[in-house]
Amino acid sequence: MVGKTIVEKILSAHTTTSNFKIGDILKARVDFAFANDITGPLAIKYFQETGARGVFDKRRIGLIPDHFTPNKDIKSAEQCKLLREFAREEGIENYFEVGKMGIEHALLPEKGLVLPGDLVVGADSHTDTSGALGALAIGVGSTDLAAIMALGEVWLRVPPTLKFVYSGKLNKWVGGKDLILYTISLIGVEGANYRVMEFTGEAIRSLSMDNRFTMCNMAIEAGAKTGIIEPDEITLEYLRGRAVRPYQVYKSDPDASYEKIIEIEVSKIEPQVAFPHLPEKSKPISKVGEVKIDQAVIGSCTNGRIEDLRIAAQILKGQQVHPEVRLIIIPATPEVYREALREGLLEIFTSAGAVVSTPTCGPCLGGHMGVLAAGEKAISTTNRNFVGRMGHPQSEVYLASPAVAAASALAGRIVSPEEVI
Amino acid sequence: MIIKGKAWKFPDHIDTDLIIPARYLNTSDPEELARHCMEDYDATFIKKMSRGDIIVAGKNFGCGSSREHAPLALKAAGVSAVIAKSFARIFFRNAINIGLPIFEAEEAAEEGLTGDQLEVDTREGIIKNLSQDKVYQINPLPEFIQSIIALGGLKEYVQEELKRREKDVQYGEKKEL
Ligand code: SF4
Repeated sequence: MVGKTIVEKILSAHTTTSNFKIGDILKARVDFAFANDITGPLAIKYFQETGARGVFDKRRIGLIPDHFTPNKDIKSAEQCKLLREFAREEGIENYFEVGKMGIEHALLPEKGLVLPGDLVVGADSHTDTSGALGALAIGVGSTDLAAIMALGEVWLRVPPTLKFVYSGKLNKWVGGKDLILYTISLIGVEGANYRVMEFTGEAIRSLSMDNRFTMCNMAIEAGAKTGIIEPDEITLEYLRGRAVRPYQVYKSDPDASYEKIIEIEVSKIEPQVAFPHLPEKSKPISKVGEVKIDQAVIGSCTNGRIEDLRIAAQILKGQQVHPEVRLIIIPATPEVYREALREGLLEIFTSAGAVVSTPTCGPCLGGHMGVLAAGEKAISTTNRNFVGRMGHPQSEVYLASPAVAAASALAGRIVSPEEVI
Repeated sequence: MIIKGKAWKFPDHIDTDLIIPARYLNTSDPEELARHCMEDYDATFIKKMSRGDIIVAGKNFGCGSSREHAPLALKAAGVSAVIAKSFARIFFRNAINIGLPIFEAEEAAEEGLTGDQLEVDTREGIIKNLSQDKVYQINPLPEFIQSIIALGGLKEYVQEELKRREKDVQYGEKKEL
């Protein structure tokens, strides 16, 4: 018998269909489902239209108003009100009000609500983030989410898996963001269409959870159905005291079959910068040339966690943001915010001339808290640099790690941390 | 379910803007969307085709935006099925969720030509090209997907499934998945 991949094992545990193969369509039981203030209201409308008399499980649904909150205008206030009222009516336990709310993909793992071995389905494309815990985490649309809220089930096509094996030692200032940007530049924005990207190898095993979340977060940017990393000691340590229910750890068998295995030697990878307007247009920092910036953003579901802020603080400490740059720092969750406060990071940021925002998606999708004007350029730790993503269609977004973003905020142009420290 | 119809052939990478141009997205009225279906690829398509016809396409059908309007427009125009070499992921989900039958069938899509009479047996997973006298075996759609399509979409399926579960509870045999 051939072995199975972690994804095949998780699927098996969630379906009654036996002996399925790649391409088959299955009905699967969902462990946790969620939506935000953009996708939630539509899902609620569809849910109500089905006539369902209640959600499948009040503890296994998350409603997180994170995109345009604290409400940026009347329309978003109405959307959030809908979410809030529905949560109250249905007794949904995991509704997060402003003050407790963080960016969904950072908040749910932090709260121990999504766990290894889970089938997690979210009405947001970056649901893949939780794959870093060894969960199968998949983004869907609002209609799908309505059906899950009613039935607790989703239909899925069994995806093939691409295995990425990272070996070697990381260079200084290189982390999860650089690895994933490099990988996307290698295979392209459609390079993993329909497929799962499984990240493995010694370099992955040496990564912290925060770095792993960053990598899985951007699997979708290569077109993938999701990204996943096998749980190990670091995962279990992260979950200690967090997990709200028991969970199951699955690992890929050594003889599991993959569509393709891609080996990457990380010691040759420099800090990366993805040029406008695609995440695949990544270059090593030494080849960036002269790019002046107007704004730097550190935050989002990709890089708004505590380690991201620590790295930024390490670079910004005792220095001043370039006079022609706005540096906007957005902790992804209230817990990250408090921890940054405790460690004195917020003091470092504000003394350097940065502004620190309450947790929100904010400028990542051009919503609020730092929208760009025509002709402006930003370096950002977010995940998408499509045309107009952060504001005006003639603005530009360069994607990079918190280290490069912080260094560039000091220099006024895109530079390596080495240049400012 | 047996689906019969005349084929219309399309190339690779038919994106959602070709299926329904973005300028018509201010409506979600299916009839209105149907009138502009495939307009930017072939403005006469909607006049030439008849209800029940089948689209045969190349790779990556439905790529582009995640709009549900695209499969809706096809369904409202009377397209009874799409057979393609492959589909874009979100289009695949959206099509099934709104009840448009779609089939990934490399050979049938390669060899089918405009005007061919096609027949799809969704239960058995067989596509017949009657004009060319060819038969292709594909993965049959699982029963619950067939019922989603037969009922008209995922929402309708959920309604039915909820009723069924309620009955099961009444008869004391709450079935888990
Ligand atoms: S931070 Fe950006 S990418 Fe992440 S959920 Fe919010 S808008 Fe989406």
